[in-house]
Amino acid sequence: MSLGPEASVTDEKTAPTADAADRPGEQAIAGRSLKQIAWRRLKKDKVAIAGACVVIFLIVVAILAPLLIKLLGHPIDEYHNDALDTELGTGLPKGALGGMSWEYLLGVEPQTGRDIFSRIIYGAQTTLTVAFLSAFLSTLFGTIFGLAAGFLGGWVDSVISRIMDFLLAFPQLLFAIALLSVLPDEFFGLGPRWSRVGVLIGVIGFFGWPYIGRIVRGQTLSLREREFVEASRSLGARSGRILFRELLPNLAAPILVYTTLIIPTNILTEAALSFLGVGIPPPNPSWGGMLSDAVQFYRIDPMYMIIPGSVIFITVLAFNLFGDGLRDALDPKAR
Amino acid sequence: MLSYIVRRVFNAIITLLVVTAVTFGIFFAIPKAIGTDPALLYIGKQSDPAAIEGIRQKMGFDDPIYVQYGNFLKGIVAGREYSNGPDVTDCPAPCLGYSFSTDQEVTPLLLEDIPVTLSLALGAAVLWLIIGISFGVVSALRRGSFVDRAAMTTALAGVSLPVYFTGLLSSAIFVYALGWLPESNYKPFTEDPGQWFTSLILPWITLAFLFAATYARLTRANMLETLGEDYVRTARAKGLTERVVIGKHALRSGLTPIVTIFGLDLGALLGGAVLTENVFNLRGLGYQALNAIRQNDLPVILGVTLIAAFFIVFANLIVDLVYGWIDPRVRLA
Repeated sequence: MSLGPEASVTDEKTAPTADAADRPGEQAIAGRSLKQIAWRRLKKDKVAIAGACVVIFLIVVAILAPLLIKLLGHPIDEYHNDALDTELGTGLPKGALGGMSWEYLLGVEPQTGRDIFSRIIYGAQTTLTVAFLSAFLSTLFGTIFGLAAGFLGGWVDSVISRIMDFLLAFPQLLFAIALLSVLPDEFFGLGPRWSRVGVLIGVIGFFGWPYIGRIVRGQTLSLREREFVEASRSLGARSGRILFRELLPNLAAPILVYTTLIIPTNILTEAALSFLGVGIPPPNPSWGGMLSDAVQFYRIDPMYMIIPGSVIFITVLAFNLFGDGLRDALDPKAR
Repeated sequence: MLSYIVRRVFNAIITLLVVTAVTFGIFFAIPKAIGTDPALLYIGKQSDPAAIEGIRQKMGFDDPIYVQYGNFLKGIVAGREYSNGPDVTDCPAPCLGYSFSTDQEVTPLLLEDIPVTLSLALGAAVLWLIIGISFGVVSALRRGSFVDRAAMTTALAGVSLPVYFTGLLSSAIFVYALGWLPESNYKPFTEDPGQWFTSLILPWITLAFLFAATYARLTRANMLETLGEDYVRTARAKGLTERVVIGKHALRSGLTPIVTIFGLDLGALLGGAVLTENVFNLRGLGYQALNAIRQNDLPVILGVTLIAAFFIVFANLIVDLVYGWIDPRVRLA
């Protein structure tokens, strides 16, 4: 009894706001139908689409970073004394707005003359890698433990819930800072930059999983009692099948939404850790690290602070807009 | 109710024990594993071997980790004595050990920082509760209006702005460009209330902006949900005035989730607003923590983490108790 295609046809005829409320049965018919409804809603949400475009643009920029730097910028650690005002001895960038020009698109750093454009782009690579992979790690752990707790119940549930409560009741930022400061700077021969990226992914991802875990657990608890699971079980389905064919597809929407919404939080955390000097080690550029360097100069060269700050803001805002839109599209009750 | 309280208090103590054990393990086991000698950190690299050995014995760095942990706990409860024969140092309870870098007792060091953090966190909390909740309620009641859209756009921007950026930006504008406020120079309230206030205005606003944004979004969502409940419709149908319906029926249950979040947020902030304190040079717990971390000062790091955990666990406990009092169903769970 596949109503998938039919459902989407009728969906087109009705106003999108009425579809969920008038025919509650239809949402549960097939995963595909929900996907199509959600996609249709998302396409209409111009703000969310704008957010998505910015996100995609940033990802492309991060991937093409080496090429873009070659074409439009200068190597990240190259000093440019010619761009600085050395005569007065201040070491500030020449020209207005922190030395913005066609040569240096976003100006140069005071005192060193390093190209801010190149450093921002290179920082995007690091930040996005950390944010995405740590979100992936949180989602993976959160889904596994949340599913286990909700589905198995009993002592497994008690233990996992206790651990989640414990992790949420933990001075996380403080702990992350302290932990990062005692861990070695380099291992597995990865070099300082990627070693630290690995550690950051581990630490941020680890502290993030209880957020997703709690949601997955809650959803699993309610889904477990639904008729379709009961039906599947009465037909002789094993636990594995129920978990992966019945429960997981129904959990996909909330997992997707919360993964999207945890990415901006991770970006802020990574930037905060780099700002505090335990993130990406200099001379490797990171947005938080650039802000931290700017603390000494922001009174006389405010652009040096405004650029990395605005980049963080725009990136986080774009992810939040897209995540909010995705949530509204997948879960009409949220608004 | 009594058994509920006992259970909660018991849970809180267990959580604190686990936090100390984990923190202790990490800060003393990892340095050992990567070959950093805590005695060297304590005394400096140029010291002669005999002095290092003396310190090692005195501080008990050679004991197995569980013995060290046991002594650490004992120090908190009953105080402890460090000795290696002739050299005896007494550390009264609650003893958190000695700072590696300044050789001072950790407890009084941290007690000095608490008022700064307290001033910052409580002042900001008052601001963000008032701003966040009132905008959230107005947005929910006037859904789709100009006020709603403006407030929610600002709130979305607020949750996307890192506090260290807004902090720097606001000082650049209000202190250095416009000159409306003096450069931040904290004085305790008891010494100079005027300077205490002016030095905290910007930190309060910066911190409150971030949290108010979250609270406005949350309040709006909760209010919209409760306004759709049957009992609100019933209250309206009974002919109650809109004021009573909103104030007594919708707002009260709409705000219960806010109580939970508020407890957690305030607890976390009291343990040190690391970012805000460092941006504004406020010498509170967060400032101390970062300093300690930069100097590898393990006892101070451990001390701050413990105090922070204590505040969070304590706030959680209060929230749980308040909840049990508001909503009798919770007690049975």
